[in-house]
Amino acid sequence: MIEMKDVWKTYPNGVKAVNGIDIKIDKGEFVYIVGPSGAGKSTFIKMIYREERPTKGQIVVNGTDLSKLKERQVPRLRRHIGIVFQDFKLLPKLSVYENIAFALEVIEESKPNIRKRVMEALDLVSLKNKARFLPDELSGGEQQRVSIARAIVNNPDVLITDEPTGNLDPETAWGIMDLLEEINNKGTTVLMATHNKEIVNTIKKRVIAIESGMIARDEIRGEYGYEA
Amino acid sequence: MKLRTFGRHWKEGIKNLARNGWMSFASVSAVTVTLLLVGVFVALLLNLNEVGSQIEDDVEVRVFIDLTAKEQQQEALKQKIQGVPKVSSVTFQSKEEGLKQLIKSLGDEGKAFSSLEKENPLNDVFIVKTANPQDTIEVAKEVKNFKSVEKVEYAKDTVERLFKVMNVSRNVGLGLIIGLLFTAMFLIANTIKITIVARKREIEIMKLVGATNWFIRWPFLIEGVLIGVLGAVIPISLLVFGYDYIYTEITTRYPTLFIDLLPVYPFVLQLAGLLVLIGMIIGVWGSFTSMRKFLRV
Ligand SMILES: Nc1ncnc2c1ncn2[C@@H]1O[C@H](COP(=O)(O)OP(=O)(O)O)[C@@H](O)[C@H]1O
Ligand SMILES: [Mg+2]
Repeated sequence: MIEMKDVWKTYPNGVKAVNGIDIKIDKGEFVYIVGPSGAGKSTFIKMIYREERPTKGQIVVNGTDLSKLKERQVPRLRRHIGIVFQDFKLLPKLSVYENIAFALEVIEESKPNIRKRVMEALDLVSLKNKARFLPDELSGGEQQRVSIARAIVNNPDVLITDEPTGNLDPETAWGIMDLLEEINNKGTTVLMATHNKEIVNTIKKRVIAIESGMIARDEIRGEYGYEA
Repeated sequence: MKLRTFGRHWKEGIKNLARNGWMSFASVSAVTVTLLLVGVFVALLLNLNEVGSQIEDDVEVRVFIDLTAKEQQQEALKQKIQGVPKVSSVTFQSKEEGLKQLIKSLGDEGKAFSSLEKENPLNDVFIVKTANPQDTIEVAKEVKNFKSVEKVEYAKDTVERLFKVMNVSRNVGLGLIIGLLFTAMFLIANTIKITIVARKREIEIMKLVGATNWFIRWPFLIEGVLIGVLGAVIPISLLVFGYDYIYTEITTRYPTLFIDLLPVYPFVLQLAGLLVLIGMIIGVWGSFTSMRKFLRV
């Protein structure tokens, strides 16, 4: 599903964010990416959906070698990847429904199809009754559920989340975890970069620990392993 | 592109235009001023060219043949003139023909000269034309020194001044037009940049969920085209009516004017088409330059 071979990333300003990563993530896995701040987690994730390109090394996603991907083929790659951010990235002037539908409109889905899929996604994140609300009228946890709904609405093969619970209180964070597990159970591969020790230690999954841009640990049912 | 998507792009483009009203207005005004000046310049230049080429056709060198020259010497002279590079034709005009023409061109007053038919004071003349009218000066200078030539005559000042005026105005006009076009384009680019900055987040999200660059570009291109086309409306109306008015005035007031302006139709229609095209091009160009860096997500 996702494979990296000796991947390096040096930013133009000289920062060496990723230094020789080899990794293989199979279809249907649930993986935590942990590590101290500045370790290179976000860089690692951004290279998967081609927001950043590696300085060296090979990345294969869904059988596509990203180094051979032309600029105009990037949209097709991204249509197979759902992305969720710590800051939600919702459009404030659009309703919950419109925010989710937006992801399908820009890939030119038909209206009836959009309606059907958005309602299914809203159902999954339990926000059907708030479809007409604006993002500002929702709690943080609800906003994050909307952004998850937008990420999964076109049935991606993999869901990538960068600290999705970072801005949420613990209780709300657990709710988001339930949702991510449910999405994973339906067959979607889930990658989650996180700082949340309690979650990693309680909901046991594969843990990939990154330190100074290198893989420090990779355990099937791992622990967080740092002082949070 | 699907029809539905095309409709969406137009809606978005118009929304963008309306959203930053004052900037849009400023850009449309800039295009209006530019196209108005471009239109006036183009109309002037093309008419100048037209008049110029009419006059150019009349440009000739008159070679006065020495009165003592025999037929043989005349023939030799003709050969020699024809041998000069850049000469395209040499026509002989006898003094009798010359006098006839003179009398005719003077109309009623010319009749007074009829008595001269016996004592014709004119010379036989070679009328020399050159392929390129600008070469008459050079040819005249050369032919002047040939044997059996009494003198040469050509509209020296007229020709030289005409070419100078035409070249200068052509260059100044073109320089001004190019400067204006860039100014208008720069203003459009800025307007669209403002729209894009306002929608930066939206564009980022679009790119992350897999929208193609062209899907994102279209509304901004349409915005640019709309600015260009809206900016062309006033200049076109003014030029169509203005040119019609001026043309009618000149042709009715000075019916005997020796020059002909370009007829109103199809000229104004071509001019209108040109202005719309230029408006659209600077609109598209403006939006492209402002968009480039925002699409790199
Ligand atoms: N766009 C960028 N340009 C330059 N340096 C960057 C950029 N993004 C991240 N970095 C640097 O790369 C290193 C790794 O950052 P990041 O991948 O965001 O780590 P993490 O997500 O684990 O906190 C940090 O030192 C960070 O400052
Ligand atoms: Mg990070």
